[in-house]
Amino acid sequence: MKKKVIIVCCLALLFWNKATATTLRMAFDADPISLDPHEQLSEGTLQFSHLVFDPLLRWKQNGQFEHRLATKWERIDNLTMRFHLRHNVTFSTGNPFTAKDVVYTIERLKKSPDFRAMFDTIKSVSMIDDYTIDVHTTYTNPLLLNIMTYVFPMDKIFYQNQDQIIKYGETFASRNVSGTGPFILTERELGSRMELERNPNYWDTTSIGNVDKIILTPIRADSTRLAALLSGDVDFIFPVSPIDIERTKKIKGIQLVTLHSTRILLLHMNQQRRKEFQDIRVRKAINLAVNQPLIVDKILKGYAIPAGQLSSDRFLGHINNLEPEYDLTKALELMKEAGYEKGFRISMMAPNNRYMNDEKVAQAITAMLSRINITVDLKTLPKAQYFKEFDNRSADMMMLGWQSDTMDSNNLFEFIIACPDAKTGMGAYNASEYCRSYIDDDIRQANREMNPERRLRLMQQIERTLYNDAAIVPLYWQSLTWAAKDKVKIQDIVNDQNYPHIGDLFIEE
Amino acid sequence: MLIFLLRRVMQACFVMIIISLISFAIQDKLGDPVQQMVGMSVSQDERNQIRNELGLNDGFFLQYWRFAKGAIHGDLGTSYYYKEPALDVILEKLPATLELAFCSILLVILVATPCGVLAAIKPKHMLSRLLMIISSIGLSVPIFIVAILMVYIFSIELNMAPSFGRGQTIEIFGLWESGLFTKDGLKHLLLPSLTLAIALMPIFVRLIRAEMMEVLQSEYIRFAWSKGLSARRIYFKHALKNTMLPVITVGGIQAGTLVAYTILTETIFQWPGMGFLFMDAVSRVDTPLVSAYLIVVGGIFVITNTFVDLIYGLVNPTVRLASHGL
Repeated sequence: MKKKVIIVCCLALLFWNKATATTLRMAFDADPISLDPHEQLSEGTLQFSHLVFDPLLRWKQNGQFEHRLATKWERIDNLTMRFHLRHNVTFSTGNPFTAKDVVYTIERLKKSPDFRAMFDTIKSVSMIDDYTIDVHTTYTNPLLLNIMTYVFPMDKIFYQNQDQIIKYGETFASRNVSGTGPFILTERELGSRMELERNPNYWDTTSIGNVDKIILTPIRADSTRLAALLSGDVDFIFPVSPIDIERTKKIKGIQLVTLHSTRILLLHMNQQRRKEFQDIRVRKAINLAVNQPLIVDKILKGYAIPAGQLSSDRFLGHINNLEPEYDLTKALELMKEAGYEKGFRISMMAPNNRYMNDEKVAQAITAMLSRINITVDLKTLPKAQYFKEFDNRSADMMMLGWQSDTMDSNNLFEFIIACPDAKTGMGAYNASEYCRSYIDDDIRQANREMNPERRLRLMQQIERTLYNDAAIVPLYWQSLTWAAKDKVKIQDIVNDQNYPHIGDLFIEE
Repeated sequence: MLIFLLRRVMQACFVMIIISLISFAIQDKLGDPVQQMVGMSVSQDERNQIRNELGLNDGFFLQYWRFAKGAIHGDLGTSYYYKEPALDVILEKLPATLELAFCSILLVILVATPCGVLAAIKPKHMLSRLLMIISSIGLSVPIFIVAILMVYIFSIELNMAPSFGRGQTIEIFGLWESGLFTKDGLKHLLLPSLTLAIALMPIFVRLIRAEMMEVLQSEYIRFAWSKGLSARRIYFKHALKNTMLPVITVGGIQAGTLVAYTILTETIFQWPGMGFLFMDAVSRVDTPLVSAYLIVVGGIFVITNTFVDLIYGLVNPTVRLASHGL
């Protein structure tokens, strides 16, 4: 009798152990502002989308596409692409996933203020059968697949007729959610906590992911977030500030994962505000005076790559041998040639809480420019105020960071380099007011060029022109750093866009 | 009493109007709320449209008039981020802040009073000297350093208390989410309330000591000694009571400091209260929430100061309310 009891107890204990859920407690710097995946095109929203929804396709760590809800795609002609959809997938409400939902989602994306610029290229979507759709574009578009990574099918039956997108008011979609994703939202306290549980009917049964429950807490302060990890209150954090990285590395049981991102940091030299910047010699001198490797080494502790161009090596337009150059004597000579031997005084603005150590970087640049007798009046602002000033072009030099939404160089050129045009939205972040109509032509052509060879040449040509013209001052590509407990295998699920695929996350028992 | 209260209400209204005007005037300086709502790649046209819909392109006085009209009806605007009435959002977070403030005030009273009294009665004692040194250090160390030190010692090294958040809460009377009645909640409360108490404590220890020493020199205390009253009675019945008068006044003023310190403490410990909400609202340019916060805090100030004046009367009956406070 006694033995039996013990055996039963042991068995019970065994099962109970199995039954205890693997919980991931994570702390990121922000949480999604809304449950509506189309309300804001932001990192927080997209991270959330990858948890509760599934994209048609997504990026792998190596820059290739991975099939998700689309199992196959093929080009029908230059303007049409066919997508075959996964069978036997259901939404968390129990509604089956079909082509209708995809058509509905893309049409809704075309209505979203944040996404419609990107989805303008799609003219219409037609349903071939329940699991096949054709996407028709207005012009040939080489980046259609990149754009389709933003399609996270929404449950049409659940949302329709109550799906308005309002940015500052409560809507059905901002409070309720039904997706096909690996997790189902169970609880949410806006700004302080979010709980998700694993979707028991998730289609991807081959995934090694074993997280049953996620508790997400946004922690804004860097030191608090790190302390939470070190004290064991959370398991997984992002970001880790550069000054803490070395210290964190030494701690047992904690791992750090760093990936190079494609976000480029740069300085604009406003040619409309300052006639000095219209002189190519001055722009070259400034480029020569800024020592990117030193900034990366000293201020960012090596957690960035010095940049001599806009496109990171993951992008098509990247030119391998275009390195940043530092030569003070040459810079001084150029300044002398241009007639500014005694230098001049300029204003500069930079954010102080937007990018990694942005304020310190700006201060370092101020010091570097003083070596060629340019006196900089630096003003740094919190991001909320900074971007207002940026839109007004309030200073002669302004700092900007840009991550390409399409993971392609042309997006950088369109927003940062193209001639500012309020109507088309091109050059919206061109605070250099640098304008070359032939670059604009190249950008437009690259947007439609289907031949990868020719497209590569077009974009490299733009990159080369920018370099030769010293149009802007590229600084560096920022790195992303996550930290987690050793047993949380984040290595394989983080990526350079910072949308961790937590559905596939494995935690050791 | 009634006249006093009436005057106070009038004063409060006046103060509130000024606070609302100021909070409205600084809105423009916080940044662009629309910028926070849209992605980087959204065009100026789209942004302008949203701005128009929100009425942000209207003149200052038109906007203020709209706000004031709503405020009279108890509507302080709708938070852009929470998408709920700003006042509701703040009231929802109020319990967390009040509990934190309450616990730290309790700690201050329980620790500062005996320490101050001891330092006054036995100024030459080793312990008193040590207390004075500690309080000097406490006065000069900024609160965030105290907080970081606390986290390092108690949660990272000793693993005794959690480093952030409020822990488990339970609902009381259906309207108060309280963390005071669960073990987890109390554990979470430990570090933030201790930090806050440490920030406030030194000034009270010093104040009580100084006041008490002065009172102990006065005629009636000497008289009490000569009458042969017991030391306990003299110290705690006669001297302490009169010491508390200025302490209460300073306490009322310190309520302002307490609010400022809760903002810092809550931010560091990720305590989901009003101060944390305010910092978040500022960084998100959630202007309706910022204005509402300033008005609510202004209201709390006015109320606490009125209470302080009332308590004054209780401690010292010679203070006449009607002639006081204007």
